[in-house]
Amino acid sequence: MRPADLFRFARDAATGYPVRTALSVLAMAIGVAAVVLLTALGDGARRYVVGQFSSLGTNLVIVLPGRTGTGGFNPATAITNTPRDLTVDDAAAIKRAPAVQRVAPLTVGTSEISTAGRLREVMVAGTTHDYFAIRGFVTAQGTPLPDEDWNRGASVVVIGAKIREELFGNDAAIGQLVRIGDRRVRVIGVLKPVGQGLGMNTDELAIVPVSLAQALFNTNTLFRVLIEARSRDAIPAAREQALAVLKQRHRGEEDVTVITQDAVLATFDKLLGALTLAVAGIAAISLAVAGILVMNVMLVAVTQRTGEIGLLKALGAPARTIRLAFLSEAAMLSAMGAVLGYLLGQAGAFVLRQLFPVFPAYAPNWAVIAGLGTALGTGLLFGYLPARRAARLDPVQALMKH
Amino acid sequence: MALIQLAGICRRFQLGDTTVNALADLNLQIDAGDYVAVMGPSGSGKSTLLNLLGLLDRPDAGHYLLEGRDVTTLSPDEQAKVRSQRIGFVFQSFHLVPRLTAAENIALPMTLAGIAPAERERRVAQALKDFSLDHRADHKPDQLSGGQRQRVAIARATIMQPPLILADEPTGNLDRHTGEEVVHLLEGLNARGVTLIVVTHDPAMGARARRQLVMEDGHLKQDSAGHAPG
Repeated sequence: MRPADLFRFARDAATGYPVRTALSVLAMAIGVAAVVLLTALGDGARRYVVGQFSSLGTNLVIVLPGRTGTGGFNPATAITNTPRDLTVDDAAAIKRAPAVQRVAPLTVGTSEISTAGRLREVMVAGTTHDYFAIRGFVTAQGTPLPDEDWNRGASVVVIGAKIREELFGNDAAIGQLVRIGDRRVRVIGVLKPVGQGLGMNTDELAIVPVSLAQALFNTNTLFRVLIEARSRDAIPAAREQALAVLKQRHRGEEDVTVITQDAVLATFDKLLGALTLAVAGIAAISLAVAGILVMNVMLVAVTQRTGEIGLLKALGAPARTIRLAFLSEAAMLSAMGAVLGYLLGQAGAFVLRQLFPVFPAYAPNWAVIAGLGTALGTGLLFGYLPARRAARLDPVQALMKH
Repeated sequence: MALIQLAGICRRFQLGDTTVNALADLNLQIDAGDYVAVMGPSGSGKSTLLNLLGLLDRPDAGHYLLEGRDVTTLSPDEQAKVRSQRIGFVFQSFHLVPRLTAAENIALPMTLAGIAPAERERRVAQALKDFSLDHRADHKPDQLSGGQRQRVAIARATIMQPPLILADEPTGNLDRHTGEEVVHLLEGLNARGVTLIVVTHDPAMGARARRQLVMEDGHLKQDSAGHAPG
């Protein structure tokens, strides 16, 4: 039998029984759609988290005051006491390490910002000129903090887009004086609106020189020191060097924690990747169920069409042709189901992306390929048994069943 | 040379713990171009004989020579090839594929044999004309009358131009008038040299054949040609 004829024969056989064909196609479609949609969700979560971490900056090494046993981000590290402060001078010392490109000390606190009778709570970040480059902040108006002596900061502030809007509305903000806590500072820049950046909304941030922030919050210690390594390969070296410098300055005591963005990222990446695999595995079970359904449908088809199979044998069809005809029908059912399921899954992911724009719910390629492949594979695997049964029917017995 | 030579053919069926001899040591010779009616009561073995002649069944013992070639020892696929090219079947219940049109049903043996579509179309068009089915080419079997269905079945049986046609009660499901039309068609094929073997209950139809075989209990009870009955 010619392949084109075989194809047409199988297609006519499938469309000859619309209900059973529709049901098995639907079962296969649901299986594939589940794989596509669930992996889109899992991988979307992974991408979301990875994206959030990447928004911190690239080639980043972070120094935290206090010693913690683990290398991960831990809410406790934000409130630990440390015997020796992490100071601005420490940060300046790290800057001289060879693997280090830029360093920015960071002090964080909340205060009130007010001007012309308007007042609101604001998160104040005390840092330096290089912080903008490390975090990739860009000003929409004005300039970033000036590159000056870290210990003698000017009374200036760079504010987030939302702060500007709430304080100044449509008026010009640059050059205006605002009050932060008990200090009067001049607005020299406004950040471009970007949105969320891992817990710190930059649109509602006020950035002042680090010395000003320390005076404001009456503290000597830093919240973080952000270090940008010279390259991705230099990250471990930068980490070691920063640690060595601080150990030396703190009289041999290792009372800081140095984490690399890479390590945090890799942990989350691995965790969420495993999660995606797990949901893909669960979805694959529905594919196996669909495969068994295709087998049942084909077994019923063989019983229904026993007389026809006998006729085909009488007309000179070898066993191979009959096997191929039923196998192609099973393959066709699962292929149609797979394509339909793929479209359904992608449509579902599209709807998800429309509903939650920040959530990148794209099914990963490997999942799509594995889903379609498994659908076709189970279709053929489970289609083989009925096809073999059809091919082995005794023609005399088969012809009597008409 | 004889088209069909059966020598010592036995076919036994196991029914519970009794063995039924459907065919017992049957010897038979049928010449090319002959017109043979096989008659006998139900269970006399005539259907079994037809299945054996059509290579749908295998004998338990004996030899079957078709055109001088021993076909009992062939593999199932080789037998399928012989069925495809040398034998045409006509069944009592027509056995048309319900989802295929008349033309597609007629073309089915050629489709299975892998004949090119252009050649198929040419031969189907000729067959539709020969069996006056021109206006029914695109009809499904359930839109055809009994006589038309059997004409489609005969057209299908002859489309590969086999030298042997086996008909199992070809008029059994038809009224007298259409039955006669079908018999005329089959006899017309025989007149053009095709060997025709018909299994029938109908004595009138059996009487039209050139040679009558009467079977009983798996034996040839009577053979009008005077060959030694087995």
